[in-house]
Amino acid sequence: MNQTGSRLQALTGWPWERWSYIIGLYLASIFAALALSALLVWATDGSWQEVFSAFLDGSLRNPGRWGLTIGYAAPLLLVALGAIVAVRGGLINIGQEGQLYIGAAFCIYVAVRLGGPGPFVLIAAILAGAAAGAIWAGIAAWLKYWRRVPEVLTTLLLVTVAAQLVGYGLKTTSLLLDRSPEHGNRNQISEQLTPDIRLPRVEIFGNSFPISTFVALVLAVGLVIWLSRTTRGFRLTILGRNDRLAQRVGISAPRYGTMALLASGAFAGLAGAMMLTGGDLGNYRLAPGFSGFFGWEGLLVALVARNHPLVAIPMAFVFGALRTGGGFLSATGVEREIANVTQALLVLALLVPSAVLYLQERRRQVAAVEART
Amino acid sequence: MNSEMGSHDVPHDVPHDVTVAMRGISKMFGLVVACDEVDIKLKQGKIHGILGENGAGKSTLMKILTGLHAPDAGEIKVHGKLQRFRDPADARRLGIAMVHQHFSLVPALKVWENAVLGDRLENALVGLRSNEKRTREQIAEISARYGLDVDPDARVRDLAVGVRQRVEIIKCLRYDPKIMILDEPTSVLSPAESERLFMVLRQVVEDEGRSVALVSHKLNEVLAATDELTIMRQGKVVEHLATADATAPALAKAMVGREVSLTLNLADIAGGEAAKPAKQSNRFDPPALRIRDATATDKDGRRLLDSLSLEVCKGEIVAVAGVEGNGQTALDHLLSSLLKLDSGKVEVEGEEIATGAPGAFVKAGVGVVSEDRHDTGCIMDMSLCENLYLSHPEEAAKETGSRSWGIMNRAAMSSRAAELIDDYHITASGPDAPMWSLSGGNQQRVVLARELSHKPKVLLASQPTRGLDVGAVEYFLEQLRRAAEDGIAVLLVSHELEEILELAHRIAVIYNGKIIGEMPRQGIDMQRLGMLMGGMIDAEATA
Repeated sequence: MNQTGSRLQALTGWPWERWSYIIGLYLASIFAALALSALLVWATDGSWQEVFSAFLDGSLRNPGRWGLTIGYAAPLLLVALGAIVAVRGGLINIGQEGQLYIGAAFCIYVAVRLGGPGPFVLIAAILAGAAAGAIWAGIAAWLKYWRRVPEVLTTLLLVTVAAQLVGYGLKTTSLLLDRSPEHGNRNQISEQLTPDIRLPRVEIFGNSFPISTFVALVLAVGLVIWLSRTTRGFRLTILGRNDRLAQRVGISAPRYGTMALLASGAFAGLAGAMMLTGGDLGNYRLAPGFSGFFGWEGLLVALVARNHPLVAIPMAFVFGALRTGGGFLSATGVEREIANVTQALLVLALLVPSAVLYLQERRRQVAAVEART
Repeated sequence: MNSEMGSHDVPHDVPHDVTVAMRGISKMFGLVVACDEVDIKLKQGKIHGILGENGAGKSTLMKILTGLHAPDAGEIKVHGKLQRFRDPADARRLGIAMVHQHFSLVPALKVWENAVLGDRLENALVGLRSNEKRTREQIAEISARYGLDVDPDARVRDLAVGVRQRVEIIKCLRYDPKIMILDEPTSVLSPAESERLFMVLRQVVEDEGRSVALVSHKLNEVLAATDELTIMRQGKVVEHLATADATAPALAKAMVGREVSLTLNLADIAGGEAAKPAKQSNRFDPPALRIRDATATDKDGRRLLDSLSLEVCKGEIVAVAGVEGNGQTALDHLLSSLLKLDSGKVEVEGEEIATGAPGAFVKAGVGVVSEDRHDTGCIMDMSLCENLYLSHPEEAAKETGSRSWGIMNRAAMSSRAAELIDDYHITASGPDAPMWSLSGGNQQRVVLARELSHKPKVLLASQPTRGLDVGAVEYFLEQLRRAAEDGIAVLLVSHELEEILELAHRIAVIYNGKIIGEMPRQGIDMQRLGMLMGGMIDAEATA
């Protein structure tokens, strides 16, 4: 344990005691949320044991479920990483839902139209998705640095534009609409990816998930290294913490800010492309509503992870489980409202510790400052 | 009613004139004595000027009088009765009101809304509507009576600074105060606006019999506008006198004082050699730093710098003396690439530097110990080690070797940080200590260590010792002296005459964004320095 402790400390700057305190805080908070949920189920004449058991069945225990949870966690993690990059540069990108959708749209377009060997098309399509997400966020960056429009607004509003744009593409044969007559009277649906341009899936004990999970994990670790070990990451962090100091030492806000937003959008676009080629959602086809709130939920993952890429990994898994478990719960006949409230309480339970930690840190800093004056 | 006052008073004072008598007021902040046994009397129908440089204790004294600070010792009598203020509301009930120096208005609100902001809750609850009508009428009435032209329905953010101050004054007059306090009221005003302000004050004291306390550092202003004067220096009262008996040179001398002791000090330091640059640069070399006719305005159109010109040579310490708010901050921002000049230019070793361009001055070799550490000096959430690399992040990778790919070498950074912690006597738990866990003095040392470790050509030290304890101040000044000995051109901007006199080879006085006079440290004429700081351009400069 001691060795783990010192390693953790080297990586995060926190001693082992602090980690155990944080974990304890999370456990207490989650327990409180579960107790509240149980109370709620009991008050509506349900059996809380059954509800929790159904929840666990849906997210982990039933055949194939934890594979699905992992499959959901990967795009959530990617979106969260994108949000973290932006926050590090002092920017708030909340338009991942749109960037993800645009990314998926460009991915399917390239995948369907570009000829060639399967793996080549697959990689090109995924890169196209990432590039499209980056461009979509780049519009917000351009508006910020040349027109001074706050990126919080533009990224958010561009979500709607993205939805309309992709919706139009899905109605137009020359763009995304399925060209074969088999789609019948469904108007807004793309062609299905052929098996050679789908992401390979890993099969373990009857569970399967696409290899995009590993890509997301590698990117999370890579992001930590990039932020803490490279001069560019350092400069971005300086800009995010103090833009006036950044100006003095020659870190150009438009350059680094644009870079951060592009990267942030690329992560969301990548998430969209990998959701599409991974197959857990939409059956390898793009249709309206494909983004399915993954963009919004990824933001929550970044929030509860307090913008730390490594903490985002387990958090993405938890949010994936909330999704699969919650879906299963409503399928087993528990009232949908109860399932939603339980989910919301768990999300809150994950948010409370980070808020508590933040407040304690502030108080410590204020006390440290006051002790000197 | 004034019988108990009489016992303390000098016989020729007419007791019933006195509205406020403060006696033996002392106030300490930590180890700093802000006020030391201060006596002062405000009289009915008189404008009382309180004159002194920064840190003389003027503002603290006024804050005690308005109930913002409680004095550690001493007593306050208002209209002859001993009073103890628990908060500003207590003082206000007794008719003491202040016109704030830093505007306390809410920009998004209208003028009349701002006027009622300080009202007590029970008044506000009477009904906002009826209050609104009454307040507007009241504002209109005060505007008309004093010629303070203000529209009660204008939003404060749309008003120019001069008008905002009128709002502040109206806000103050609404309480019908017996005693009005103004702290540096003209610092943001044009001469014409100041003139008008003094006319209002005249009316307030002569026609209505109020007392006014006017805090200022401008000599001609107090000479023109006041009836009586108190001069403060280092927390003590130096002199009380009638304005009619005062002359500018005498006031200047009383304000800066201490000429005798410091001339002696100078002689002590290296037998008078201190006043010469250690390394004389070749006279044909361009100066390390040359600012020529620098003019800049802020976004409200106010002049920050007004054709300021200044040169600093290699190995020379030039001090910019002056009272706070005369363009020192703009000078700091200029050399931190935060301010773009409207006209004029800045050269470092003869090469012109683009002003306001990110990183231009750092690249040219200008180090800055900025006046506000939190603004551009350091990042509290980062570690001490990271703070040492803020201005040159690329050097963190250089330690790795020639082909670093921008990868930072954390181990090399840490050991370099440990060296600097030793060299600069920084007290911290280690290179990884978060910056916020350090004391102010140690944070300042980190900033200095960073700026000097990159071997700058020019070092700007802007109020470097503000808020530091005595030992830290000594250390800091010594480091600046050594920097100059190493051939760095040092520009010291300070409100502390002590440190300027101790360090500088040459002193330039800044006033209203302009260098209005320069003098060598050796054989300094303190009276002239004081007059320049008070904004009086001397005859020999104009002749």
